[in-house]
Amino acid sequence: MNHRVTNIIIAGLGGQGVLTAAGIVADAAFRCGHDVKQSELHGMSQRGGSVSSDIRYGHKVFSPMVPTGEADFLVVVATDQIEVNRHQLRHGGVLITPDAIDPSKLTNKKSFNVAQLGVLSRHLDIPESVWHDAIRAAFPEKLHAANFQAFALGRKGT
Amino acid sequence: MTDSNRTLLSGDEAVALAALHAGVALGTGYPGTPSTEILEALAEFGGRAQWAPNEKVAVEVALGVAFTGARALVTMKHVGLNVAADPFFTASYTGCDGALVIVSADDPGLGSSQNEQDNRRYALAAGVPMLEPSDAQEAYDFTAAAIELSERWKIPFLLRMVTRVCHSRTIVASRALPQPTVAPHFEHDYKARVMIPAYARPAHRRLRAKLAEIAAWNESSPLNRVIAGDQSLGIITSSAAYLHAHEAAPTASFLKLGFTYPLPIEKIRAFAASVKRCVVIEEGDPYLVEAIRAAGIPVEGKPEMYRFGELNITRVRRILAGDTSPEPPPVPGKPPQLCQGCSHRYVFDLLKKLDCIVSGDIGCYTLGVLPPWEAMDTCVCMGASVGIGLGLRHVLPPEQARRVVSVIGDSTFVHSGITGLVEMVYNPPPTGHVVIILDNGTTAMTGHQEHPGTGRTLEHEQTGKISFEELGHSLGIQNVFVTDPALDPEAFERLVRDCLANNQLNLIIARRPCLLIAGKIKEYERAANQTCAALGGQP
Repeated sequence: MNHRVTNIIIAGLGGQGVLTAAGIVADAAFRCGHDVKQSELHGMSQRGGSVSSDIRYGHKVFSPMVPTGEADFLVVVATDQIEVNRHQLRHGGVLITPDAIDPSKLTNKKSFNVAQLGVLSRHLDIPESVWHDAIRAAFPEKLHAANFQAFALGRKGT
Repeated sequence: MTDSNRTLLSGDEAVALAALHAGVALGTGYPGTPSTEILEALAEFGGRAQWAPNEKVAVEVALGVAFTGARALVTMKHVGLNVAADPFFTASYTGCDGALVIVSADDPGLGSSQNEQDNRRYALAAGVPMLEPSDAQEAYDFTAAAIELSERWKIPFLLRMVTRVCHSRTIVASRALPQPTVAPHFEHDYKARVMIPAYARPAHRRLRAKLAEIAAWNESSPLNRVIAGDQSLGIITSSAAYLHAHEAAPTASFLKLGFTYPLPIEKIRAFAASVKRCVVIEEGDPYLVEAIRAAGIPVEGKPEMYRFGELNITRVRRILAGDTSPEPPPVPGKPPQLCQGCSHRYVFDLLKKLDCIVSGDIGCYTLGVLPPWEAMDTCVCMGASVGIGLGLRHVLPPEQARRVVSVIGDSTFVHSGITGLVEMVYNPPPTGHVVIILDNGTTAMTGHQEHPGTGRTLEHEQTGKISFEELGHSLGIQNVFVTDPALDPEAFERLVRDCLANNQLNLIIARRPCLLIAGKIKEYERAANQTCAALGGQP
């Protein structure tokens, strides 16, 4: 097992499913046997303010927070939150912006966050079946099909 | 998400799971970020959990439970312990027969609070032993330990958490926990529980003797761990700060404290003597460093600039390097705002238009202070809108006093606003007063919890309901109005203008369900009506 900790930040605005998406990543990493920590600040997030969540996984993780400027992956769900969060990304890190997804191709527009996870998944060593398990656990059954479609859209690339 | 007994849980959920596994008879508290999810999770897991009108009542209810030999859990955010401070300080004298665990969820960095007070000071001030978990696994283990130790020493325990413990999800291995050994029962023991001076004086001596015994026990407690490393640097730390410090200095030696009041001073002394350089890394106030230095142990603390805000790996690296150069300012994100269509918007539109002096309170509506309204002039603590508004009215010149309005949410009103109304009736200002309850039928800011004004329990089932208008009438307030500001903004404006001009006491209940939850409220009401119909009664 790789001993390096993988640092991911998902950012956006309240109501965009940032915390749901982060929960799916953390759950998928947990299901792969990694040590995982996920941290978030969400006190006032329901009122449309900035929201972000840190996910860290690897052999052993101590702090739940990604050190400033050391994120390997930065997933931003809202275009106006890209510059606010760019300083979190390490040199050479991967930035995934809303441009990665064509929303008109989504069965359900609300699955945009999961489509971006599909893009993220191309970079992570987590099997597709595990992603599906984590998505299944995060949503009620009636939303499974739309989220699988969104994930597949992001994963195959557009 | 479950892999046998290993689960990914937030610190809040881990506290709830441990409470459930340990057979806690009742969980109670008042919603407050970052503590709210504990009781919600306890109910979801199948335990008994209920919201109290405020934290003081919650601690009192839990103390009653613990007087019977049963186990009780109370949850609140840090400022909630200010409200509950009265029973908290004397519960350490009375002690308890069962377990009483009080969770204080502190908010360093003010993610969603009005101050960043460090409640470790409360443990010291009240003589209540304190445990501090650093992640969800420890939140589970320390809740179990607090229950066990509270019963063993017959004293309440404070479980002090911080946002990064409450709201961080980490892997938790759960296990079978020891169950209560006695059924709830009552034995008379008035000398222990009736705190008249004659009985409280010996109770105070008993408390100090108990704390001395606990301090001696804590010297070898497994809740404080030495992690041996390089002897050139030793770090004494607790809570989430330990996790940041471990990554900032992975080769250092650590004394990771979990049981932080009363402190294991000799263990600390021995650790400090075993390393060349000893640094205390703690978030918030210099609680540990002051106590350690007062015991004559030379240790380094952090520069004052790191008292403010949360710690993280980067900041701990700076502390260890003695770096006091200015930190890069945080990149401003998008501030939260009142939702489009929120009925509070109509109220603040009007208060701004009328150039009111607005004494505000704690909730979503505090966002009325931000543009485009900037229509709030004070906001201090839960319920303060009424008292501060009255104070302003008492001494301002009449033409200014008549512009003063107190604005308070429904849950906040139940929590701490009712006594303000009593004051208003008892000591009315010469110009009268106007109190507006922004009644959106839920505790919206913390994520839509029920409260006594909704008439539904924590689990959204029908129960007794407090009527604000009937309460206002019964207190003797001359004018009590119920209105929906969004339905007819012009009528609302006429009403407020009349109230500001009439030199009388006015209570305006601006009632419209929070639009984020209006649909759910209808569902709850439908379910309640069906239950009533099935029983052949009226809703």
